[in-house]
Formats: sequence, structure tokens, C-alpha cells
Amino acid sequence: MDATQKLHFYQKGTFTVGNRLVSEEQRSVQASTDRSNALTCGHRACQGCGEALGARYAMDAAMRATGGNVIAVNATGCLEVFTTPYPETSWQTPWLHSLFGNAAAVATGVAAAMRVKGRHEVRALAQGGDGGTTDIGFGCLSGMFERNDDVLYICYDNEAYMNTGVQRSSATPPAARTATTPAMGPQPGNVFGTGKNVPKIAVAHGIPYVATATVADLHDLERKVIKAMGIHGARYLHIHVPCPLGWGAASHDTIRLARLAVECGLFPVFEAEHGVITGCRKIRRQVPVEEYLKPQRRFAHLFTEAGKERIGHLQALADRNIAEYHLVDAEGDG
Amino acid sequence: MGRPYAITLDVGSSLANLTGSWRTERPVYVDRLPPCNNACPAGENIQQWLYHAESGDYETAWRTLTQDNPLPAVMGRVCYHPCEGACNRAQIDEAVGINSVERFLGDTAIRNGWTFAPPQAETGKRVLIVGAGPSGLSAAYHLRRMGHAIEIHEAGPFAGGMMRFGIPKYRLPRDVLDAEIKRITDLGVTLKLNSKVNRIIDSMKAGKFDAAFLAVGAHIGKRAYIPAGSAAKILDAVSLLRSMEGEDRPLLGRRVVVYGGGNTAIDAARTAKRLGATEAIIVYRRTRDRMPAHDFEVEEALQEGIMMKWLSTIKRMDEGVLTVEKMQLDEKGFPQPTGEFETLETDSLVLALGQDVDLSLLDGVLGLEIKDGVVQVDTNMMTGHAGIFAGGDMVPSERTVTVGVGHGKKAARHIDAWLRGEAYIAPERHELASIDKMNSWYYADAPKTVRPMLEVVRRQSTFEEVQGGLDETNALYEARRCLSCGNCFECDNCYGVCPDNAVIKLGPGKRFRFNYDYCKGCGVCAQECPCGAIKMIPEEI
Repeated sequence: MDATQKLHFYQKGTFTVGNRLVSEEQRSVQASTDRSNALTCGHRACQGCGEALGARYAMDAAMRATGGNVIAVNATGCLEVFTTPYPETSWQTPWLHSLFGNAAAVATGVAAAMRVKGRHEVRALAQGGDGGTTDIGFGCLSGMFERNDDVLYICYDNEAYMNTGVQRSSATPPAARTATTPAMGPQPGNVFGTGKNVPKIAVAHGIPYVATATVADLHDLERKVIKAMGIHGARYLHIHVPCPLGWGAASHDTIRLARLAVECGLFPVFEAEHGVITGCRKIRRQVPVEEYLKPQRRFAHLFTEAGKERIGHLQALADRNIAEYHLVDAEGDG
Repeated sequence: MGRPYAITLDVGSSLANLTGSWRTERPVYVDRLPPCNNACPAGENIQQWLYHAESGDYETAWRTLTQDNPLPAVMGRVCYHPCEGACNRAQIDEAVGINSVERFLGDTAIRNGWTFAPPQAETGKRVLIVGAGPSGLSAAYHLRRMGHAIEIHEAGPFAGGMMRFGIPKYRLPRDVLDAEIKRITDLGVTLKLNSKVNRIIDSMKAGKFDAAFLAVGAHIGKRAYIPAGSAAKILDAVSLLRSMEGEDRPLLGRRVVVYGGGNTAIDAARTAKRLGATEAIIVYRRTRDRMPAHDFEVEEALQEGIMMKWLSTIKRMDEGVLTVEKMQLDEKGFPQPTGEFETLETDSLVLALGQDVDLSLLDGVLGLEIKDGVVQVDTNMMTGHAGIFAGGDMVPSERTVTVGVGHGKKAARHIDAWLRGEAYIAPERHELASIDKMNSWYYADAPKTVRPMLEVVRRQSTFEEVQGGLDETNALYEARRCLSCGNCFECDNCYGVCPDNAVIKLGPGKRFRFNYDYCKGCGVCAQECPCGAIKMIPEEI
């Protein structure tokens, strides 16, 4: 029986961060007063930053899983910029930054160095945004995968280059308006049929562990990080982190949007081992894609007479995910 | 010195960067008023006692409950639970079974012999309470706990009022009632039975009372003029239910007609059925949806084979035969006669047309105002005569046990203040915790627990209790269905979801604090708080 099932009787504790009625061990890492706060206060992320939240969730879980023996390597991106304006740092853990595109390779080096030094307890973790992962760092990432280096790579996917002013990346969803895909012309926003699905590419490498997660489901995210830290070899975790600035959303809607992305089917949450999908998080309260798109100004152009058809295309993408990952079944309550 | 190549500054922490200065709105923790508490006529702090019950601390839950209502085992059986009607959970799946948990706590307290804490000090003031019904007992309990000396003068042979003489045993077993009354008298409340107060002024003077609370109830069954032959057996429902407490069971015959549409009519018909009537028929002038009786009681009666005759008035009664006129509703919903008559064979007719108050004890009291047969009181529950307060069925209000208990508590607070020459000022009411202020995502689906019911055959022939209680497992489950509307239940969501690590967890029972040095005011905590206990307010800039 996994922890989620055990918590089910406590109606108020199944989905919340903590639960006063269960023992400390059964609660999430984030519920604990001694969580490491690997990413601490004073960082310069925007109000309601999903990436800051996702990074703390993931790093704290990794720290818990390894007894604090984590060295993090960061790609260039928001996460690097807002946490480490020289000479300040928000990281309460060993942390390295080299270039935009080489985080996976540097982490491979860290893992090799630790192995040579005989420090087998120290684990390497690489992290970056979608730009540093799916575009610029993609070659290094694929190399790390195919060599099966002992690194957990975490991609915080906010679906564009937010730090430099919201430019399109290969993780930007179709129809989204960015600085480089303006909402004008016959195909406003990002073009349908472009981009790449890096979680699926990671699965295709046949590496020991691949998973997706979101900041809207803390229990699932922590479980996946802890599971990944229990495995040696190349691992990939792709976390969906809404960006209030780049998405044109209210700062308080960060978690709500992450939740709606899952519940409408546009962001499937699954895990895979050695190239085979082993589990999917079921949709709990299914919603049409409009509910997810409407609160985001990057999709505002869809809510016109002409946009209806494109909403239909996005719904078709969601429906395809739902069918492919079996996201809806008769059981309901996930 | 000692710095790496090309590094000129020492490493610093981002803690030096107080991001709280970015804020335009600040989150604050609030306690909003849960709709159950708002709806409870007895003013129970339901959310709070459920909070204790769900951690399995039933004694603290019971003690929290009894701060407002000393009769949980009774209330857990006879209350019409307006709390459940207001419960926000009904908008997710079904209302929390508050009433069933209340009964569980009440029964657990009786089983374990929990008693009330005695008053901390005596005030030396004496208060006379007239009537040992729910209102009088509630006032006695609260006033005694405040340290006043209390005497209850009850006209009848037993305490309980309408709880004993109006509510049948199959809804409220008498051992439960007795246990809860005894716990109140054990506090040092003097209870004088068979002690009718004829003139309140004289009784107050004779007993040197400083104040009085009148709660004599409404025990006189209303009669309607129905032409009747000399052999026709007509009685009123109040007398019928009252006689059930005596030695001799009333003889009603095999066919009984009850006239009226309130809860008392239902009680009378169900009692008649249990006494052996083969036919018990309720005759009511309007339709089921316009009946004042509660729907679940009507439903239970129908299950037991009680028959209903809607849109009918009784015109006359002869030996064994009733003449009934058919009615029809006009456009305003009032019943109008049609001139069509029919007959109904019956052995006796029970009138359940409402009750009046016996106001004779108030003769000669100056300043009293009596309107529509009830005593008028101000918002402090005081009558027009200083020092004489009144509550329950004898003042204008809905006539239920719960309202009576609420009156008793309210009057006690005002009497206590009045005795000290002060005025009781009620604490300010918090903003209502409506469902739109909450985030229902965080509550797992959990259907309501259904209470066991006695099988119909036994309900038709015996006075055994109809509705069963919960056991510990399902009472705990039911308590945990509470959403804790508007009040922090320490789920750690705010502590977890803050992207700026700006929520400080203070430890069990101590809730949380915002670290405004770093809080950027994004509002994620308020949005993701399940129960609506965080509010965003504009920052004064």
C-alpha cells in the first residue's frame, strides 16, 4: 500500500501538503519543519513563481533522500539568474553553474569526480529550464542518457525562455503567444505541429527512470524524486511549472494552472522505467481545455470567433494524451 | 585574500534581500464563521468540536460541545440539524453527519460517566428557573457554571418538558434523557418537581431570588371547533403524547385519524400505530410539500405504514365516522373548500393543531407584554419586567429543542450580566466561510455514513429507538469529513506552497505565521488554503 492510499481515510490529508493526524514519516517533506529549504528566502523570482516552488520541492526531496549529499549543477536560465545574482546565493546546498547548454555534461563530470574520490554517497543532480534542456542543452542531455551516467536531470518546464523576455522554446505549446510567436497573422501564436516532447525522447533512450510531475501534486513529485534518488544511472524528471509573467496569469493562480493542465489532459503525468511506461496519474476532475487556457493571456487570442477551431485542436491534443496514457477511467478519484 | 581567481566579493546569502518590499497585498490568517455554526440555534461551535473528534479526542470534543449545549445525546437524536442543511460539504458530495457525531459524543460521555466541571466560585446570587424543559435546563446549566445558585421549579412529576412529554420514546429513549438531566442537577442545581409556580412575583419574593427565567413551554393543545356526536372520541396530540408517560396506555381504537401537518401530528400518528392501530391516517388541509413537518419524519412515517390524506379538512365527527371536505389550493397556495365531502371511518380523532402557552403564572406582573399568546422579550431575552427573563416555546420563535437550548444559553449570559449590573456584549461575528472562499480540490471524496434504522416491523409495534447510532470507526470517519470551513486545520498547505519560503510553521496547535520580510504577496497560499483561512488585504503603501 503506498502512502497516498494510507492517507485516503484522512479526507483532509490526501491531497494537502501535511496532515496533523498522521505520523511525521507519512507526511510530505514540505510539511516538515526541518526540510532543508535548499532554495531559501530572498531569491528574486517573480511573485508566484512556479519554478522557484518546483525547485525547492525537488531539491528538498532529493536532500531528504540522500541525507543532504547532493551537488546541484544548474543550466543558465531563470532559476540560475534569480537565485545567484553575484555574490549572493539562495542555495543552501553545493551548487555549480557553467554554461547554458552543458549542465548535463558538467553533472556527469561531478558524478565522475565523486566516484574517483570514493565519495559514493554524494549524488549529482542537474537542473535547468525548458530552454536549457530541450533546446540548448539537448545534445549534452542525450549524451548523458545514452552513457547512462549517474545523474538525475530535472527540467523545470515553464514553456518558454522567460528570463530573457518570453521567447519560444521547443517546449512552448501550440497557439501560445510569446515574444517570437506573436498573436497575429493567419496562425497566431506558436505554430501547431512544431516542438518536441523530451519526456518521450528520454523514455526512448531506455534509461532507468523517466517521470513527469507538476507543482500541483506535491506528494507525487516528492515520491518520484525520492524514487529517482534510489536508482543509479541516468534519470530524467520533467516538472511542469507555471510562469505568471510569461503566461500572463495571476500570481496566485500558479498551482491552480498546473492542476488544470493535468486535469484537462494537456500535461500527462506518468513514469517510465527502462523505456516502458509503468504508471500514469489519473485525471481526478476532468475539465475542458478552455478552463486551463482562459486564465492565461498568452492564449487570449483563442477566445475570439476565429480562435474556436484552434481551441478544438488543443482539445484534440489533450484527448490524444488521455487516450495514450489512459488518463481517464471508471475509478474516478485518483 | 584567499578568494578564488577573479572573485572579488565574499559569497553572501539572498537572505539579505528582503523581498517583502515588493508586496502590494499581504496575506493574513483569519477565522471565518463556518456555516454550521452560523446555522445552529444553540450556538454550538460545531467546527471546533469536530476538529477534536477527528483526532479521536472525544472527551475534548464533548467538552467543547457542552460549552454551548449540555444535552448532546438528546440533541444528537431530536435536533432537526439546520447545521447539516447549511454544511458546505453538501456542495461537494453530501453534508457531514454532524447530528450523528453529536449523538456519538453524547452517548460516549454517558457511557464513560464524564461530568461537568463545577463552578470556580459562588456569586451568591439566586436565580429561579420555571420549567425543566430544554430551555430551563440549558439556562440552569449555564448559570450554575457561572457560579449562581439555581432552583428549578417544575410543575410536572419529571424533568424534561417536551423532551419527555412531547417526543416519543422511539425517538428519544428515556434513559438517555435522564442521564443528561442528572448531569446538570449534579452540578448543584436544585430541581423541585410537582412544584407549579402560580404567581411568579410571589415565588421570587418567597425564595429571595435575584432574577427569574421563565421557560414553561407550550403544553396546551389547540382545539378546533368540530361538531361531534356525543360518542365521538376526540383528544389532542399533546395529551396523547403526555399520557404515554403514565401507567395506563391511552385507548385509541383500531382506526385513528390525526388532524394536522406538523411534527407533532407525525409523532401522534406513529405513536397510534405502535399502540396497535391498524390504520393511522393523517388528515392535512394542504399538500405534502407545504407540510410544516420535516420531510425525513414524513418519510419515516410513510415507511411505517402511516397513511396521509392531503387537501382535506374535518367538518364533523359522529360515532365511528368523520366527514371530510376536499380542498384545493388557490393561486396563492392557500387551501379553499370545494364543497365535496366524503366520509372516513375512525374510532378516534387526535387534534395536532399546535400548542398554546399557559400564561397564568404571569398574573399581576407589571410591564409584561403578551402578543399572540406568547410573552414578548427584548434581544436580551428579558421581558418587560426587569429581572424576569423568558425563553423557549413561550416566547416568539420556532418551537424546537435546539432553539430552546439556545434561548437558555443566551438568557443565561444576559442574566449573568444583569446580575452584575452590566450588559452582555456578544463577540463580533466573523465573516461567513462560504464555499467560494475555499478550495475544494483538497478534500477527497467521502460519502456520508448512513445511520442504521430499526426494521419496519419492529417500528410498527414497539417503542424501540428507530434510528441507531454510529460506532467509533464510522463516527471518526464522519468527523473527518468536516471541511473545517474558515478555520485553519494545520494542513501545511500555506507552509508548503509558498514559493518564497515565507511561512513559518509554529508547531502542533500553534498554526503558522507569515514572514513579511520575504513574503512577496503572490497570494498562492490564500488560493490554495483548502478552508479559506487566509485573506489577502491591500498593503498600505
